[in-house]
Amino acid sequence: MMSTYYAGLLADVGILLLGALSVYIILATGQLSLGNAGFMGIGAYLTSYLTVTMGVPLTLALVIAAAASGAIGVIIGFPALRLRGIYLAMATLGFGEMVRSFFLNFDAMGGAGGFHGMRHVSLGYIWTWAAAILLLVAILEHSQIWLELRAVRDDETAAALVGLDTTTIKVGAFGFAAAVAAIAGGLFAHHHVYIEPGNFSFERSIDFVLAVILGGSTVGAGALVGALLLVMLPEHLRFLADWRFAVFGGLLIAMLLVRRQGILDRSLFRFFEFRRSA
Amino acid sequence: MTGKQQPRLEAAGITKMFGGIRALNDISLEVLPKQIVGIIGPNGAGKTTTFNVITGAYRPSTGEVRLDGKAVTAEPSHLIARAGISRTFQNIRLFGDMTVWEHLLVAQPHSDFTLRRLLPTRWADPQAFRRAEEILEFLKLADVKDRIARSLPYGIQRRVEIARAISARPKLLLLDEPVAGMNHDEADDIRRLILTLRDSGLSILLIDHDMAFVMNLCDYLYVLDFGVMIAQGRPDQIRSNPVVLDAYLGHAT
Repeated sequence: MMSTYYAGLLADVGILLLGALSVYIILATGQLSLGNAGFMGIGAYLTSYLTVTMGVPLTLALVIAAAASGAIGVIIGFPALRLRGIYLAMATLGFGEMVRSFFLNFDAMGGAGGFHGMRHVSLGYIWTWAAAILLLVAILEHSQIWLELRAVRDDETAAALVGLDTTTIKVGAFGFAAAVAAIAGGLFAHHHVYIEPGNFSFERSIDFVLAVILGGSTVGAGALVGALLLVMLPEHLRFLADWRFAVFGGLLIAMLLVRRQGILDRSLFRFFEFRRSA
Repeated sequence: MTGKQQPRLEAAGITKMFGGIRALNDISLEVLPKQIVGIIGPNGAGKTTTFNVITGAYRPSTGEVRLDGKAVTAEPSHLIARAGISRTFQNIRLFGDMTVWEHLLVAQPHSDFTLRRLLPTRWADPQAFRRAEEILEFLKLADVKDRIARSLPYGIQRRVEIARAISARPKLLLLDEPVAGMNHDEADDIRRLILTLRDSGLSILLIDHDMAFVMNLCDYLYVLDFGVMIAQGRPDQIRSNPVVLDAYLGHAT
């Protein structure tokens, strides 16, 4: 029997995995979003409203929230087309903070006091979602659309000139990512059974990005490794007491110096595929 | 020529201003089906600008571009590409960490909103898979199929870029200095490749500095200088044209 302590950690890993995947999907088109906690917040609040106030079953509520957040993602994706690199990062950061302060002032759902009344979900439920979406991303990674995403990231001009609709691809990635982040939010709300605007701050967005960079930003499975490390490593450094986050930061820097692409990368997978087919 | 053949590509009266600079001044040219046409001229003559107008990267200040009689002027690049114009670049532009095979696969034409694009290509679109394999064979790239394209020697990168361009199934192929920086053997390889592509039904418009290469290959030539079309004709006509010699060898006065 797993201790509640580990069950709690694993739930955090599952939720962080989904958040990291949402960053990964946008990053696949060469765009960096620092505002995905905003989409997560939208998902958390919307799902909670649907289950607590409207009595909608959780799974249906998650699907509705994902669709709504996805639509918002598409809307955000359009102005994002005009921005690149650090400017896009700043704009998405602004979006995330906007969402957070919206809920801070949204008294109908508790405002700064937060919102509660959700029913706790099992670890199995969280991981069913996390695994399903990880699998979905893994399948997509072998599809035509994923090649198109990568082409857009590598050279947008050349991509357009072989007939790829770069606008739809980039906006679509934003929409899909926003939907995934919303599911992470809905699960977060029903795991902690209490949410407040501070749960969806800038630091949360940074956690998502860190997990992707740490685990490997060129393969979806990297998000899994990154989420595991980001949650588990500080726990296992507990013997260092107050120094653990400093040591964790040091390990992160060391890792970026030695292996910039993250722990997993595509050539690693290719290597195994070669061996399998050989 | 007997009768008037419908040109594959027609650029009519193209002028392109950048601020007060007239980069292209009333340029007209046409490429007939299965014809190899060259644009030559000194550096800064406006050759690449002409390509950029044709492929929709620049909107011309005046003038019209027509593909098979249908205006495509300043359409979004991806629609022009889908209408049948593909290009390569003077400074090779391959996709960063893609293998040769992935380059061929990603450029295969497909409809926009189908489930096919979301499933692994191998099962979802075996036709595209087979076409990509044919092009791989045709351009003799099978040996390097799984290599990262950018890690390959320069000459092979050019072939990959051409392979990617023809994967999009164009009617007209634009080649921007296809043999720049190549040795004689590599250039001759590309020359034979271009002839084979033409024989398979493609029209080709190319830019190059290498006069010998262009003269040997093209059916028809246009000569640009400072954004003005100073001459056009068959290679033998161009070779002896005093205006062209003047532009190339510098102005005597």
